[in-house]
Amino acid sequence: MFSWLEKNPFFFAVAVFVVIAYAGVVEVLPGFANNARPLESKKPYSVLELAGRQVYINESCNACHSQLIRPFKSETDRYGMYSVSGEFAYDRPFLWGSKRTGPDLARVGNYRTTDWHENHMFDPTSVVPTSIMPAYKHMFKKMADIETAYASALTQKEVFNVPYDVEGQTKLGTWEEAQAEVKAQAEAIVAQMKDPEVKAAFERGEIKEIVALIAYLNSLK
Amino acid sequence: MHPCNSINYDYTVAKYFMFSTILFGIVGMAIGTLIAFQLAYPDLNYLAGEYATFSRLRPLHTSGVIFGFMLSGIWATWYYIGQRVLKVSMAESPFLMFIGKLHFWLYMILMVVAVITLFAGISTSKEYAELEWPLDIVVVLVWVLWGVSIFGLIGIRREKTLYISIWYYIATFLGIAMLYLFNNMEVPTYFVSGGMGNWWHSISMYAGTNDALVQWWYGHNAVAFVFTVGIIAQIYYFLPKESGQPIFSYKLSLFAFWGLMFVYLWAGGHHLIYSTVPDWMQTMGSIFSIVLILPSWGSAINILLTMKGEWEQLRESPLIKFMILASTFYMFSTLEGPILSIKSVNALAHFTDWIPGHVHDGTLGWVGFMTMAALYHMTPRMFKKELYSKSLMEAQFWIQTTGIVLYFASMWIAGITQGMMWRATDDYGNLLYTFIDTVDAIIPYYWIRAVGGLLYLVGFFMFTYNVYKSIFSGRALEKEPTSASPMAA
Repeated sequence: MFSWLEKNPFFFAVAVFVVIAYAGVVEVLPGFANNARPLESKKPYSVLELAGRQVYINESCNACHSQLIRPFKSETDRYGMYSVSGEFAYDRPFLWGSKRTGPDLARVGNYRTTDWHENHMFDPTSVVPTSIMPAYKHMFKKMADIETAYASALTQKEVFNVPYDVEGQTKLGTWEEAQAEVKAQAEAIVAQMKDPEVKAAFERGEIKEIVALIAYLNSLK
Repeated sequence: MHPCNSINYDYTVAKYFMFSTILFGIVGMAIGTLIAFQLAYPDLNYLAGEYATFSRLRPLHTSGVIFGFMLSGIWATWYYIGQRVLKVSMAESPFLMFIGKLHFWLYMILMVVAVITLFAGISTSKEYAELEWPLDIVVVLVWVLWGVSIFGLIGIRREKTLYISIWYYIATFLGIAMLYLFNNMEVPTYFVSGGMGNWWHSISMYAGTNDALVQWWYGHNAVAFVFTVGIIAQIYYFLPKESGQPIFSYKLSLFAFWGLMFVYLWAGGHHLIYSTVPDWMQTMGSIFSIVLILPSWGSAINILLTMKGEWEQLRESPLIKFMILASTFYMFSTLEGPILSIKSVNALAHFTDWIPGHVHDGTLGWVGFMTMAALYHMTPRMFKKELYSKSLMEAQFWIQTTGIVLYFASMWIAGITQGMMWRATDDYGNLLYTFIDTVDAIIPYYWIRAVGGLLYLVGFFMFTYNVYKSIFSGRALEKEPTSASPMAA
């Protein structure tokens, strides 16, 4: 059979494909619907949090920080309750990471404050003296992309039936409503920050990347 | 004489891809060396503002090396080997020649835009699939062009039976096509929202655990079909050619090929051990990773035994040395992988520096050495020039081997240290170390790794220089060498 396949490239290619694809069909497909079921207490990200999540992605924070707590005592002691599937139902994409050069962030909202994040992002060694993390000062200058975040939330609502605007869930609303919501959420964070430029910018109606990122990190619980 | 000896193979496209292999090799490895030093000495993060932080450069390094260096290498060898084992010249088909050139130029455009977007921080965050959707479409086009080249050349072949290398090229093509398509399924938000925000932004079709499952099904098997399958295609052609020895066993080739095809994808689950994917998938990933030793070692043993009775060539030819060390690293890495997949070992090693260590003994040792050996072998035949310097090649071999050893040894120690420190508790069950303690402890190993990486990069420059000198000032060859590549002392 094999020598026949080696003379018939078409059937050879078909055979290779079937043999390769088989594992995917058996392993990946069966659990799909189950894994996507959200935890009951889980709410979709707000627009500001999504904008912050995008900053996290753009800077590839996931290259050094995981967001997956494994079910070991050493990890639950260090980071909090271990991760369960239903927590990630609104994570598009997932951000588990594959390497911990820095600590896990899955529940960083429980034990770090806005103030701490602000210092840490501006100069990591000011809060962790031997930190090898680079400073992300440009986040204090660049504007958060709220419009794309809104488009992203809307897409999740329309295409994937993520329960925005459902009773008891996160409110999305129209673009104008969403902007007002973002402003209110940002205001609470800016009030706890000390950077004068970020504050001044917010007075002008501008929301910097750092504000969105902190909103996202605070939401990780 | 065989009538096919009169075919004039056309290496135009192979040469293009050879140059891009070297170019992206330098770029990818230089960035790799820089980010290795950044971990040991963080001030290096500020060389170019926000554009040179470790986090921005890391995807550039991985994509640059995997899709720049390794894929270029696979394509350079395809456009060389394909014609020769199918006994047909690309010059005979203007269409395939056009496709080949289009393949190259579209790929170059893609790579340039990819570098710019990654520098700019435009990323989907999925490892080795960071490009946004417009570029994903270009990737698919480039891939289709390669497919046309493969099956087009096979369609007009004179040699009826497909040689082993062709099996592996077909598998690389099909495997990556399937994986890439499914993993990069995403919805552009601009169109759904009626024109809001960035037009290039997208969100993944899968959420959370499912996204992770598809990503590591892809990520693990990108390793399979680029790092492994594509490189085996090369060694099955170049080692017999360079040594003048036939492949040890056809049956073993068959077993290893079909075994690898069947088993490899199952093993993807080992990236998700102790995550939230269902337990049976984690177990399958673990078990199949161990089964994977059989086909992997099948190929490696088949390759090593090809040298049976001819081991003195190892002493005489640095080129054979590169290939045999490559296979040895392949065996080494495909034993280490299964060990890391055992649940209890994974619990210790996952998330630590042992993992980059494991990746790099495979990529630097196996992929890098084999790709450079392939390019060395092709140079005298494509340019009709003697290789410039044997002693330079010897020196390069030892410098790079030292680099690899420093790299993986330091990362093993760092990884195990981290893993042990993360879980260490005192007599009362309290954690003994803070996270930053574990970072401080491994800084010395980061220095050693960076130096190892630097040695490898230096070796790559020696390789580049040797190839450059061979092409431009090597002694001209009157006829093509039949086996061992001629090289000046």
